[in-house]
Amino acid sequence: MLRKQTASGKRAAQRRIRATTSNRTRHLAMDVQDKLTILADAAKYDASCASSGSKGTRPGSKIGSTEGMGICHSYTPDGRCVSLLKILLTNYCIYDCQYCVNRISSDTPRARFTVDEVVSLTMEFYKRNYIEGLFLSSGIIQTSDYTMEQLIEVARRLRVDQHFGGYIHLKTIPNASSALIEQAGRWADRLSVNIELPTESDLVQLAPEKNKPQIVGTMTGIREKIDETTQEKKSGFKPPRFAPAGQSTQMIVGATPTPDLEILKTASELYTGQRLRRVYYSAYSPIPHADARLPGQSPPMVREHRLYQADWLMRFYGFDANEIVTESDSNLSLDMDPKLAWAIANRHFFPVDVNRASREELLRIPGIGVRSVDRILVIRRYQSLRCSDLRKLRVAWNRTKWFVQAADHNPGLASLDKLDLGKQAKPKTTQLMLFDAAQSAVSGEV
Amino acid sequence: MQTIFIDSYDRWRTEARRLITMDVHPSDVQWQSNAEQPSLFDDDLLPQPDCKHGFSVPRKFLELAKNVACHRSDARWSILYRTLWRILNQHRELLNITTDDDVYQLVQMQKAVTRDVHKMKAFVRFRKVSDNPESFMAWHRPDHRIVRLAAPFFARRFRGMNWSIFTPDESVAWDQSELQYGPGVPASAVSSEDALEELWKTYYASTFNPARVKVAMMKREMPVRHWATLPETDLIPELLQRAPTRVDQMIETQEGFGQTAAHFMPTERSLESLSDAAGRCTACDLCHDANQLVFGEGPANAKIVLIGEQPGDLEDIQGKPFVGPAGQLLDECLAAAGIDRTTVYVTNTVKHFKFTRLDKRRLHKKPDSREIFACRPWLEAELEEIQPDVIVCLGATPAQALLGRDFRITRSRGKRLQTEWCKQTVATWHPAAVLRMPDQSRRHQMQEQLVGDLRMAVGE
Repeated sequence: MLRKQTASGKRAAQRRIRATTSNRTRHLAMDVQDKLTILADAAKYDASCASSGSKGTRPGSKIGSTEGMGICHSYTPDGRCVSLLKILLTNYCIYDCQYCVNRISSDTPRARFTVDEVVSLTMEFYKRNYIEGLFLSSGIIQTSDYTMEQLIEVARRLRVDQHFGGYIHLKTIPNASSALIEQAGRWADRLSVNIELPTESDLVQLAPEKNKPQIVGTMTGIREKIDETTQEKKSGFKPPRFAPAGQSTQMIVGATPTPDLEILKTASELYTGQRLRRVYYSAYSPIPHADARLPGQSPPMVREHRLYQADWLMRFYGFDANEIVTESDSNLSLDMDPKLAWAIANRHFFPVDVNRASREELLRIPGIGVRSVDRILVIRRYQSLRCSDLRKLRVAWNRTKWFVQAADHNPGLASLDKLDLGKQAKPKTTQLMLFDAAQSAVSGEV
Repeated sequence: MQTIFIDSYDRWRTEARRLITMDVHPSDVQWQSNAEQPSLFDDDLLPQPDCKHGFSVPRKFLELAKNVACHRSDARWSILYRTLWRILNQHRELLNITTDDDVYQLVQMQKAVTRDVHKMKAFVRFRKVSDNPESFMAWHRPDHRIVRLAAPFFARRFRGMNWSIFTPDESVAWDQSELQYGPGVPASAVSSEDALEELWKTYYASTFNPARVKVAMMKREMPVRHWATLPETDLIPELLQRAPTRVDQMIETQEGFGQTAAHFMPTERSLESLSDAAGRCTACDLCHDANQLVFGEGPANAKIVLIGEQPGDLEDIQGKPFVGPAGQLLDECLAAAGIDRTTVYVTNTVKHFKFTRLDKRRLHKKPDSREIFACRPWLEAELEEIQPDVIVCLGATPAQALLGRDFRITRSRGKRLQTEWCKQTVATWHPAAVLRMPDQSRRHQMQEQLVGDLRMAVGE
């Protein structure tokens, strides 16, 4: 194993030196600590962190609960929450996906947890209220089935031996047999199959050992099993649990030139066809030891953010992928959120009268979210809404004011037909780019 | 005007019920929240409501009031009473009008309280204080008086262990059967580090991606006032300070194709030019110890390509593939299968001999995945030049290189499979594996299988 003397390597070395002066139990702990450094680091590129969606805690649980809403126990300086112990069982991998730091041809340091170690780390962290549960993924070792069996064993031991009732998300291994997927769903709250790249040709280019039909086939298998379980429940049987929090997937964005429209179409197919709970978009971020074919640049975080906004519009606001992407190059606008961009391009739709419009129409007003729409619908049963009421509802008035008609006069409406509305309506401060953010990070100012 | 001192939600509820029944207007009551000061009035002295005039309150209001009661604001009791009075006397649906000033204020208070409860669920950090029975302790400072709102959650979640949570206002303990509440405790009363905190900090530092820094977001979700009880927050300044350099390093340390055979490919492709260029390949370290490169051998128009693992000792000396003992066995098998070796192209997955020294002997050592990866472009270029009808993989190494790393010889030996290079790709035993088999009858059987697979491969 090639091990570069990286900063973390140095730290690990210092720790080992300290450990020799300490007692034996401490020495053993050090071993796990080194593995944790490597195997948490390797898992951090996975965007999923949700720990919600399971309706109730498993009966008979002694430690751990799932009560619908997940809890974020900490936040790292990247603004992302720490909800689950997100680790790999091992980062050895026989695959060679170019965007992945764990691919076989990468020189990254390698480690492997034992099943015992993962079980005990999860329990001990959970008992201290550091985490909501476990997100376990793995590089592929020996065979897909062997690897999947190891992941299942961790989950089974947590449920059966430890009476653990917390959240478990297992990443299924491509090609694993359907019998194993079925077992995984029995112990896990959520299963995910990563689609990785948005199109078939992206996969051929960067992940030759994975193919889309196979990935989608696995998703279909999970969906059918979930459906079956719900059906049985409806007919009054008590089937064993199967992935009560559904399934999700992740797509890497920006590793290939595939435009946003293609990405959103793929996502839309997965939501309708496979009934996924979530599609995660992960801006391709530079990885250590990256392949020369990948962009060596900061991750396209604004683009990632826009994709999440667009995804939201498709799932909760009734927009279609083709409506959202308006730019001629099939990409989302980077300096304006997709709903505002749509409104500016479709001004004939406005103004929308908040006291009369349908729910569907209200949902299309920039700056007004689903919850505000629901509140507006309740309030207007009793009284008509004025501009000041909308502001009280905390809508993003700076964006909303150009597009709505309320019970009183709204001066913003006068600009609706002006050519430069786009310029006026978009937020004054553009989003921070990575290096601005890194700069401000040092000072703590943003 | 009457002044009423309130120390708890239940007390407020009793008083509010009494006042409503007596039809006291909100502007005629002054509510004071002061638990220290004893009530000036004894309940007995107050006029008691006439029970005949019962009234009902929307359930939604009771839930709201229960939450708002935990808020620290002194104004909460009077706003609650005014709202209750308005619900009963003016507008039964008042709570739905969230833009109403009173409702708006109450909802804001409720939000603050539920957010605080949520933060308590998130940021309480237990420390283990004893092993038998396992007992844990935490100190937390909520903004509002929410211990009783949050405690049942902890009881459900940590049912199977003993724990206590201390806050400045109140404390709560769980003994695996019931919750017991007690007085507040200062932070200094709960100390002792937990041995696991180091591990947790290790996890925290490793899961942070320096390529994505968003400090404002972090502070919004994890307010700085809670940082004192969160062990991992100590690390934040250093993580931030090192982030820009770490990103630069990540972007700089690229590797990959500079270190594979692709880098050494000739522009004009033929078997000769490939073999010539491969002689100068230094994509992996094997070129340093081996005598020479052993490239494939055979006619460019061969219908069959045989692929082995890597050259052995004799091959390395002679510069030709399959000339050692395994080569002789291969010749035998080819003859038995009715195949003329001179019509076949024979090559290896890895083109340099990998070995360890034992005394003066050089012992074959299996090439690792990185070496296979680095050498693979030569094999692909050979296959592209020849475009064979049949590929026979001898052993696991070439089979996994072409058929995927899940491939197992023991499971899929002798099956005709399609690959991107050839419609008929077959994997069988490597002759060396036959030679190494100690069991005579098994060796004989393997050799038969090897011949059978070769015959099948070239058959119809």
